[in-house]
Amino acid sequence: MRRTALPPDTLDASDRALINLLQDGLPMEPAPFARVARETGLSEDDVIARIARMRELGAITRFGPFLDAAAMGGAFCLCAMAVPADRFDEVVTLVNDHPEVAHNYERAHRLNMWFVLACERPEQIARTAAQIERETGLTVHLFPKLKEFFIGFRVDA
Amino acid sequence: MTIDSTDRRILTATASGLPLTPRPFAEVGSWLGLTEAEVLDRMDAMQDAGVIRRIALAPNHYALGMVANGMSVWDVTDDRAEELGAAVGNLPFVSHCYLRPRSLPEWPYNLFAMIHGSSRDEVEEKRAEIAALLGAACRAADILYSTRILKKTGMRLSEGG
Repeated sequence: MRRTALPPDTLDASDRALINLLQDGLPMEPAPFARVARETGLSEDDVIARIARMRELGAITRFGPFLDAAAMGGAFCLCAMAVPADRFDEVVTLVNDHPEVAHNYERAHRLNMWFVLACERPEQIARTAAQIERETGLTVHLFPKLKEFFIGFRVDA
Repeated sequence: MTIDSTDRRILTATASGLPLTPRPFAEVGSWLGLTEAEVLDRMDAMQDAGVIRRIALAPNHYALGMVANGMSVWDVTDDRAEELGAAVGNLPFVSHCYLRPRSLPEWPYNLFAMIHGSSRDEVEEKRAEIAALLGAACRAADILYSTRILKKTGMRLSEGG
């Protein structure tokens, strides 16, 4: 994944408007990009081409369905571990090897590894965390969400 | 909602992205031997049930110049946590905001707010705005900057099932 900023003029105002609009969701209808085109004043082809280009450039990481594990009877859980520096790479491999690990970030803190478990059944959270503890010999702190307030990110359009 | 094997095939087929064509649901249907209407009906039902939160775009904060990304964490008194969490979540520079259980004694923080900026200085300015908003209800705070993405695949469904 791209970790550096694109040159500032890579995206124009229409691209930025699309980033803001499409975080809220694509309409579930046969020709959804035609609807987006009407809302943005672009042509349908242009909307599609702009999304494809932004995906190629790495300006967006994904365009597709976002799933809620809880709604299909599963669960998400944020987890954190304090990993000794000299074992970091080894532990990354052990943790990432679990398909339940959806994201994993290194952070500057004593708790330096933060990952999200996404499981189809709630009991898999505790089971996977326990398995990671056994494999690594390290404590996994569990931070399930109690309440979510907002998800979204706005760029200057 | 219990999803059946056809729903699962649809979710698996679109896990890495929706096809970028004028009729994306017809295209998914053509991969799976379903009609456009079947794919739409099923995805619509999954969205109504909340299994699909939305079909959306995920911006790459780094590529968009937001190279400083901090997880700000706050120990907010329980009696005001919901009210203040909602206020923090409303701030335009906060992309995700959650209440989570503390993990004492190691971790006293219950409010998590992701802040994105073009520099750490900018993130720190925004963090100061949150601190001002929380006021005396906040007993302790910290921020954890991400230094590396180790994995980012999103949720994956097991095969079959």
